[in-house]
Amino acid sequence: MRHIISVLLENESGALARLVGLFAQRGYNIDSLNVAPTDDPTLSRLTLVTHGNDQVIEQISKQLHKLIEVVKVSDISEAAHIERELMLVKVKANGNQREEVKRCADIFRGQIIDVTPTTYTIQLVGTGDKLDAFIQALGATPILEVVRSGASGIARGEKTLAL
Amino acid sequence: MTSQTKPDDKSAATTKAPEMLSGAAMVIRALADEGVEYLYGYPGGAVLHIYDALFQQNKVKHVLVRHEQAATHMADAYARASGKAGVVLVTSGPGATNAVTGIATAYMDSIPMVVLTGQVMSHLIGDDAFQETDMLGISRPICKHNMSVRRPEDIPYLIKKAFHIAQTGRPGPVVLDIPKDMTMPNQKFPYQYPAEINLRSYQPKQQGHAGQIKKAVTALLAAKKPVLYAGGGVIMGQAAEELTELAQLLNLPVTNTLMGLGAYPAGDKQFIGMLGMHGSYEANQSMHHADLILAVGARFDDRVTNNTKKFCPDATIIHIDIDPASISKTVNAHIPIVGLVKPVLTDMLAVLKQKKKKLDSAALQSWWQQIAQWRAVHGGRYDNAAPLLKPQYVIEQVAKITKGDAYVCSDVGQHQMFAAQYYPFNKPNRWINSGGLGTMGFGLPAAMGVKLNYPDADVVCVTGEGSIQMNIQELSTCKQYGLGVKIINLNNGYLGMVKQWQDMNYESRYASSYMDSLPDFVKLAEAYGHVGIRVTKPEELQPALERAFALKDQLVFLDIHVDPKEHVYPMQVPGGAMNEMFLSKTERT
Repeated sequence: MRHIISVLLENESGALARLVGLFAQRGYNIDSLNVAPTDDPTLSRLTLVTHGNDQVIEQISKQLHKLIEVVKVSDISEAAHIERELMLVKVKANGNQREEVKRCADIFRGQIIDVTPTTYTIQLVGTGDKLDAFIQALGATPILEVVRSGASGIARGEKTLAL
Repeated sequence: MTSQTKPDDKSAATTKAPEMLSGAAMVIRALADEGVEYLYGYPGGAVLHIYDALFQQNKVKHVLVRHEQAATHMADAYARASGKAGVVLVTSGPGATNAVTGIATAYMDSIPMVVLTGQVMSHLIGDDAFQETDMLGISRPICKHNMSVRRPEDIPYLIKKAFHIAQTGRPGPVVLDIPKDMTMPNQKFPYQYPAEINLRSYQPKQQGHAGQIKKAVTALLAAKKPVLYAGGGVIMGQAAEELTELAQLLNLPVTNTLMGLGAYPAGDKQFIGMLGMHGSYEANQSMHHADLILAVGARFDDRVTNNTKKFCPDATIIHIDIDPASISKTVNAHIPIVGLVKPVLTDMLAVLKQKKKKLDSAALQSWWQQIAQWRAVHGGRYDNAAPLLKPQYVIEQVAKITKGDAYVCSDVGQHQMFAAQYYPFNKPNRWINSGGLGTMGFGLPAAMGVKLNYPDADVVCVTGEGSIQMNIQELSTCKQYGLGVKIINLNNGYLGMVKQWQDMNYESRYASSYMDSLPDFVKLAEAYGHVGIRVTKPEELQPALERAFALKDQLVFLDIHVDPKEHVYPMQVPGGAMNEMFLSKTERT
């Protein structure tokens, strides 16, 4: 099963390498990984999407906890949560294709953030499924480049993952 | 991701001005302030400033090995015998990579160790400079934690942090990488050694959960066929006393893992032997048929459980461990208790004494009768009739002459299993072996580390002609420091354990397991300035041992020729349950 694991990590040199290395060493999967410092610059927040059975997910969580620089770990997919991913798509946009791509982006509430006479770059935010659906919907439009951030997530309501 | 946790500046506020020291001097002073007596190492370019600082003081003594691997094993064995972190100092590049096997050995057995590795100058890092290796990258998967020095003034804090992490929670080795420019003799900084360290991201648990402990006691009291399964956590957690009290209060059968030998006295009637791959028949049978297993500081390693799908089908499992990740990793625990073994056992004892209840005595009685029957089946028998010396017999005689009270440091192979099976460990911290990683070459440096720190004790290195040659150069270190280790070389001319597997699984095709062109070990010992004695006949053994152990301060190399055909039994059938075993070359369960 797919799980979204949020980690608060000391923003120190080597901490991220250690965390990623753990997944490689123990044969766990990383479907996506997203990391940046938080409002507190000494802490990084990391969202990691992985899959595995309950035993594997339990081990992942415990092994993450064991890393000295890991402050907190939470499997946010265990309860109500919000998940968002950012995607930038560069497509070929010529002639009447330009109108078609624009319409499609509007339907998905995407924004065209860069325009040239022959290309559009569209920014889209949503769940992974929504981003997949947009790519499908582009149909015959030639895709030049896709950049996805991987999911970031947060628990709904008053539950927080903070110090 | 570059900022570094900084020392708490407030704690540095004192009335008198702090002493000004160079980074190199701070390294050594911090070790002295940590109470370190011996530092095991080997100099080289990147650590020369540190060695110079070492030379200019006399609190911390340095032991010069002949290969960095030996330095790590010496420090490791000191930690296993004393419970305190051993400390290693090596240079960058090859010095550091030579230490890797020793770091991994300590990591697998949860041994506290602090390894200081030199590094090239900060501005050269990443340039493929002379003797540069990414030691942080290399050591990351084989140590509990690693760090590098970014500012010389952080050195006292980082060394304190290294000891703190190495020695608390589930212990393990910590690597501190020190670029050469962090130790410049002419750049001085205020020195103060922190009294303690508090890390927001590392707060290991101490006490077990009170509710879980009560639940465990209730389950334990309801058991009819209990087994207490104790591992290395009891040794490193210094909880042998509490474990023994609990076992004796409830009359529980006790089995120790390879790492846990000595946690419960082998001479006691409640001890049913080691369990696992080469465990005793009665221990493995008892585990398989138990209705309750109380696992204390043990990790259900694959060399214990055999096939986990067939593991102890009827048992309720209580698992006490400091590391939550060890719980339900390979075998599901019904009642997990996370905490240090010592306080958890103390709490369990308190609950038990308050309840004033014991186990159902009739059920326990019949369980003990059953165990007695299993004991009679194999009972550690071996055929001692042949004209050749049997390795088991040699171990028994070594036990006799040392009154079962020696520190036994083992290498890896058949001799290790024979020592584990036939030397009765009645005290914790006396059995020093590489259990998890199975590092050949561990034995001699380990014995040296113990002998240096316990000069009055009998320290034995049980080894084979394969393992001993992996760190034989340390005979020179032994001479330099007067380390009177007794080497019991069970020489069978083969890599015995490999040969045993080839006998059992490869129709005796001895692919590269025969050791040709062996040195004359007696002459070799003598060349290094030690005493060498060869034993080829059974009647020569006793006088040789007597002579060896009478030479108190001398290293004696006993080259003992043993039966090359001997196998280690019992041996679990691969892929089977705990109780499926070969009992000899012709018998299986």
